Amino acid sequence: MLRFILTKLLYLVPTMLGITLVAFGFIRLLPGDPVLLMAGERGVAPERYAQIAAQLGFDKPVWQQYLLYLNNLLHGDLGNSLVTKKPVLSEFLTLFPATVELGLCAIIIATAVGVPVGVIAAIKRGSWFDQISMTGALIGFSMPIFWWGLLLIIFFSGILQWTPVSGRISLMYFFPPVTGFMLIDSLISGQAGAFKSALSHLILPSVVLATIPLAVIARQTRSAMLEVMGEDYVRTARAKGLSPLRVIGVHALRNAMIPVITTIGLQIGVLLAGAILTETIFSWPGIGKWMIDSISRRDYPVVQSGLLLIAAIVMIVNLIVDLTYGLINPRIRHK
Amino acid sequence: MSIFSPRILAVSALALMAATPLSAKTFVYCSEGSPEGFDPAPYTSGTTFDASGHAVYNRLVQFKPGTTEIEPALAESWDVSEDGLTYTFHLRKGVKFHSNDKFTPSRDFDADDVIFTFMRQADAKDPWHEYIPGITYEYYSSMEMDKLIKSIEKVDDNTVKFTLNHPEAPFLANIAMPFVSILSKEYADTLDKAGTREDLNNVPIGTGPFKFVAYQKDAVIRYQKNADYWGPAPKIDDLVFAITPDASVRLQKLKANECQLMPYPSPADIADIKADPNLKLDEQAGLNVGYLAYNTTVAPFDKPEVRKALNMAIDKKALVDAVYQGDAVVAKNPIPPTMWGYNDAIEADKYDPAAAKAALEAAGVKDLSMEVWAMPVQRPYMPNARRAAELIQSDFAKVGVKVDIVSYEWGEYLKKSMEEGRKGAVILGWTGDNGDPDNFLSVLLSCAAATPGGANRAYWCNKDFSDLLAKAKASSDHAERVKLYEEAQVIFKKEEPWATLAHSTQYVPMRKNVTGFVQSPLGDYTFENVDLTE
Repeated sequence: MLRFILTKLLYLVPTMLGITLVAFGFIRLLPGDPVLLMAGERGVAPERYAQIAAQLGFDKPVWQQYLLYLNNLLHGDLGNSLVTKKPVLSEFLTLFPATVELGLCAIIIATAVGVPVGVIAAIKRGSWFDQISMTGALIGFSMPIFWWGLLLIIFFSGILQWTPVSGRISLMYFFPPVTGFMLIDSLISGQAGAFKSALSHLILPSVVLATIPLAVIARQTRSAMLEVMGEDYVRTARAKGLSPLRVIGVHALRNAMIPVITTIGLQIGVLLAGAILTETIFSWPGIGKWMIDSISRRDYPVVQSGLLLIAAIVMIVNLIVDLTYGLINPRIRHK
Repeated sequence: MSIFSPRILAVSALALMAATPLSAKTFVYCSEGSPEGFDPAPYTSGTTFDASGHAVYNRLVQFKPGTTEIEPALAESWDVSEDGLTYTFHLRKGVKFHSNDKFTPSRDFDADDVIFTFMRQADAKDPWHEYIPGITYEYYSSMEMDKLIKSIEKVDDNTVKFTLNHPEAPFLANIAMPFVSILSKEYADTLDKAGTREDLNNVPIGTGPFKFVAYQKDAVIRYQKNADYWGPAPKIDDLVFAITPDASVRLQKLKANECQLMPYPSPADIADIKADPNLKLDEQAGLNVGYLAYNTTVAPFDKPEVRKALNMAIDKKALVDAVYQGDAVVAKNPIPPTMWGYNDAIEADKYDPAAAKAALEAAGVKDLSMEVWAMPVQRPYMPNARRAAELIQSDFAKVGVKVDIVSYEWGEYLKKSMEEGRKGAVILGWTGDNGDPDNFLSVLLSCAAATPGGANRAYWCNKDFSDLLAKAKASSDHAERVKLYEEAQVIFKKEEPWATLAHSTQYVPMRKNVTGFVQSPLGDYTFENVDLTE
């Protein structure tokens, strides 16, 4: 098992190196540059441009800039934002917990709803429940997130006034961030009503972010269940006279979950992409919005180091997903 | 330190908050973006200036609320020498800087603070010039303060003398701008000793109406009323910026009373806001212009008669209705009508496709095909450039001119549109920095700006026009300046390097119970006079 983890970790090194190259190159391939964008409509005189470029190190050949970047990375320096002038790592650490909190809630909703819906749809194949839930999943999967988020805000926050419009907690609560997770910090703060406020702020954005993964998970669970239920061992289990609950819960579901877990793992990337829009609509101070702003401002250090950090996290999550296979499917563990 | 500083900051802020209960009068502003930092000098965005320069700081002089007139601020009065080269500022006495748990000022604001504020930007050898690696002072350089100011001297604790290299009338307007907000020298020294110089940009200390309390990145900025404020005391106790980037969401928050005032509503929402009984809408003609700049160095656009003919072909009224949803006035001059020096005697281009066609034929232009550039971003002066370009395309088609619409990524657009020999006409615009006509005319249309890196996208260099601007800039006689700018607009209209399109209206939606908010023609959001009635 340890060897399995170590091998996987070793694979990460060349992948990370590749990502630095892609991230570094990708943002520089985009037209436009940070100095021009900062100058805006006014423009910037060529001498001044050269001066600023030199100050930011952009006058050096690109390969030198890349090597310098790698060297700094090895020394733990991820660079400073061109816009805020603050260290990228400190900005990332400030914003990341907000994205994790939102992402976790979304994936919990997506799994908690998606798996049972998929299972029931598979068992009652062809029923009205199957028809409606799978049509719903198709709609959910094709939903434009921005529009969907705004629609929910207008309906639940505007018309019904059940939920707050945006933000992470009511402005009347004010306490220092300890973990960066608002649900936990609001409990630690001990302020009455803070936790409830944080939770109510989390509902709409989580539902919006969960929409696409939920649809994918529900459909994946349904098809995996259908496949498994036709297998010999399920038929045998039934023939043995086991209760339907045991047949489905133990024999079928456990095997069907393997592709579903892969799907859930893959949804992490989808979640990060969805977070960009969700965070913008709900004024959620996370890394999705941060990355988009940085790309549009050509904030090179933030984009290249931010992508690297995100990639590292996605890979670690995938590694954890790989490890959980072992728990569910002993065959992989033994290999 | 750097990683944990937000936490320490918040803890210290909490200590500060503990002293003042939250039951106080709180005003929430749904701001549109995050400040880049809290030191206004290195930055150029209005969002940053609202959060730093306007809330926390003051300048030597300031714009009178709702106008672009200059009035005393930290300088109580000033004398200008006969030759216009020396400005002596008499500083206000007894002005206190804010304090926080790490800094308590031992003295009042004085001349050292003024010198510190300017010299750190002016002098590359100043120990505070690059207190954060990679920091630059873009406004100081683009307003050419480096070329203008020869020296700054402390005459005594409450008197500072500025000597200029040449007389410049807009000087006072320039130093009313947020980039020269007065910082505390003593605070900088304290940070230096503590080894936390970057806090000059993170934890601002100023003399302004509100004290900074805490900033949670991309989420919330909190301020508290400055009880020792030298000016009229703010009427609200706590000021909160709730950062809300999406315009529709800002409106929903306003409707839900999660905030009381918001900037930049989406043009499509204006009717809805007007219909809401809980909201009111403040509107004002913006200090801006949207235009289409021909390249006057490329045939046939080098001929004024061709440019005039094309301008006659554009149905500007229809464009204002479609692109600005009617929330703009048709522009006939390059400066907006709310600006002093505006020449109202000038006659607007007539919309007359038949005459335009005849004029083009008379100028020998046949089968003309051209590019119209549509900017890829929305700006208050141009909410939908693509739509504007399409309208111009169909208007030009009626006079036999074929138009291809092109667009580039914003940075590329700005760069390519300034390339010499550029083909086609460019849609762009401008919003004033300081209310001086020079800030429009010189920046956008002078010969000096018709160079790479300038902003004269018509590449139009008219010596008479530029001479008038130079003369006006050096004159300190306001009536004379008005006359010179009026003459300059006559030349502009004779030559028409642009099709002037529109001056858009600025809207500020707020709750009905908000009083005292005065819109700034410069688009600043300031809250020292704001109050909430029950």
